[in-house]
Amino acid sequence: MAKIKGAVVVNKDRCKGCQLCVVACPANVLAMSKQVNAKGYNYAIMANEDACVGCASCGIVCPDGCISVYKTKID
Amino acid sequence: MALEDIIKPENLVYKKPDIMNDNPMHYCPGCSHGVVHKLIAEVIEEMGLVEDTIGVTPVGCAVFAYNYIDIDWEEAAHGRAPALATAIKRLRPNKLVFTYQGDGDLAAIGTAETIHACNRGESIAIIFINNGIYGMTGGQMAPTTIEGMKTATCPYGRDVKLNGYPLKITNQLKDLEGTRYVTRQSVQTAAAVRKTKKAIRKAFENCMDGKGGANVVEVVSTCSSGWKLTPEKANKWMEENMFPQYPLGDLIDKDANQ
Amino acid sequence: MSEEVRLMKGNEAIAHAAIRCGCDGYFGYPITPQSEVMETLMEVEPWKETGMVVLQAESEVSSINMVYGGAATGKKVMTSSSSPGVSLMQEGISYLAGAELPALIVNVMRGGPGLGTIQPSQSDYFQTTKGGGHGDYRLIALAPASVQEMADFVGLAFDLAFKYRNPAIILADGVIGQMMEKVVLPDYKPRRTDEEVEKQCPWAATGRKMSRKNNIITSLELKPEVMEQNNLRFQAKYKTIEENEVRYEEILCDDAEYLLVAFGCSARICQKACEMARAEGIKLGLLRPITLWPFPTKVIAQYANKVKAMLSVELNAGQMVEDVRLAVNGKVPVEHYGRLGGIVFTPDEIVNAVKTKLM
Repeated sequence: MAKIKGAVVVNKDRCKGCQLCVVACPANVLAMSKQVNAKGYNYAIMANEDACVGCASCGIVCPDGCISVYKTKID
Repeated sequence: MALEDIIKPENLVYKKPDIMNDNPMHYCPGCSHGVVHKLIAEVIEEMGLVEDTIGVTPVGCAVFAYNYIDIDWEEAAHGRAPALATAIKRLRPNKLVFTYQGDGDLAAIGTAETIHACNRGESIAIIFINNGIYGMTGGQMAPTTIEGMKTATCPYGRDVKLNGYPLKITNQLKDLEGTRYVTRQSVQTAAAVRKTKKAIRKAFENCMDGKGGANVVEVVSTCSSGWKLTPEKANKWMEENMFPQYPLGDLIDKDANQ
Repeated sequence: MSEEVRLMKGNEAIAHAAIRCGCDGYFGYPITPQSEVMETLMEVEPWKETGMVVLQAESEVSSINMVYGGAATGKKVMTSSSSPGVSLMQEGISYLAGAELPALIVNVMRGGPGLGTIQPSQSDYFQTTKGGGHGDYRLIALAPASVQEMADFVGLAFDLAFKYRNPAIILADGVIGQMMEKVVLPDYKPRRTDEEVEKQCPWAATGRKMSRKNNIITSLELKPEVMEQNNLRFQAKYKTIEENEVRYEEILCDDAEYLLVAFGCSARICQKACEMARAEGIKLGLLRPITLWPFPTKVIAQYANKVKAMLSVELNAGQMVEDVRLAVNGKVPVEHYGRLGGIVFTPDEIVNAVKTKLM
């Protein structure tokens, strides 16, 4: 059976570290970086890449439009 | 499968809309405004109305909405956005005309403009952000501040004997003969965001079909800075405290009743 | 249709002139003594003929903001009111000036302060020419003295407003608004097409064309260094207007030894006073400012070298007299004669004032 694989790209310079994407992710893919961006915010990162199914919940709730989501099927 | 094999243009399923530009937004982390801005931009793009939309920004945190969505805008005096929108729509009836207003702008200083524009049945959409507080001026009491809620000008909590009752203005707007669609939504989860997007789309479509009638989309929102909570906790506080006062759902949809 | 001679009130002339000059929209709220403007428009129903929008708003606050909304889309829009209503509009007028929007405001003045009276007055001179609303701005102010000028100044005010991207005001009074006179109405001028508006007003919020950057109409600028530049640009514009748009009328001034300065209905009464004074051998002339801003400062300064004294005759406690004194700069005495609260002076009173105050 085909498996869905997703990936999240965070515009780390735009991210304000609100963490709403982390909360919204049903697969616990996202976490906050240890590093800070130029504005001093910890930004969202994919901490658990394998779990992402590309549902885009993170992007949908992101107030700053920082998140792009990709999705593909693996046979 | 490596990430770079997934991150390809043909696999893109979600990104911010094109007319939402790269200017960094001045909103605080987690602010609901950003989500609603994004939805408005998405709906305008999806309806193919980028060249045919005129937005009106308020006085309040969203005053600078015009810096983030690349459409034509007018910035109104505090509370007067529905008066501007009335004239714009009447003079340019083929355009999509919407206002974007906070609770202070719409339900305090602009109450008269809001009620009369709705009552005239202007073919406009009013996007109403209700977070129960004045964000831009530093967290003072709003007309929609709920009983007991603490703000800079009711530091011991809103006392209805002193300050009167929270104004549930959308409840009144739904009773006006001039309103066509009045709904109350939120954006704290992906599911809620999808519903709000549908509501905005419906409101905008109503503005463009020539049938007339005013459309109001209230979005019960957070102000994590003003509420002094993290964005996550603000969402939870909103669900527990704001939603009982401002229950979600369509208040009136005159097309559905026909 | 071409020129028509009609008998009508000044307020009615404003309405007919608006339709005929290709006005796109009128937004107003009833108030005495100018309600005939909107009443006439509603009776004529211009939307059927020219497509002009006419709307009765819920307040003067709303009507001036409707004007702002429409003006920002490049449309030719106007409102009218009387003194207390124009006080309510000051916020919107300041925003119009701050966003550099062309629009027309008509004030048919009545006596104040407060609710005051419904009788004629000229006590909004300060409000009109010295600001009224907040911030450093100017309104192009035209003062009609006849029903004919009520009609003529509508088109003129719009032309000036669009030429300079600045709100213009017709400052009339209850006499000029209510009195009936013969008037030649201007020819019909078609409303501009959307293409013509785009061409004339490339700055307007008309819906963003992908060929251009989005247009944002705002008076807000938080960076003080940019806001200062905005203000300097406004001031440069005001200076250009002061250099090019001063309008006035000189009546019996050639040999005048004494000069009356008066605008609007006061100028009409002063004209009669000049004739009466001359019958008694007093060489009295009248200078009538037509633009109250820009004020005819230079010409008044020149008369300060010719006449013995000046009398500023106004239906107020002494407002324009300050500008006359600034122009004269101490060269000759400048006095004021006025009646207040809705009382209108007679020519006799003015002749007496000349004798007692100037001679």
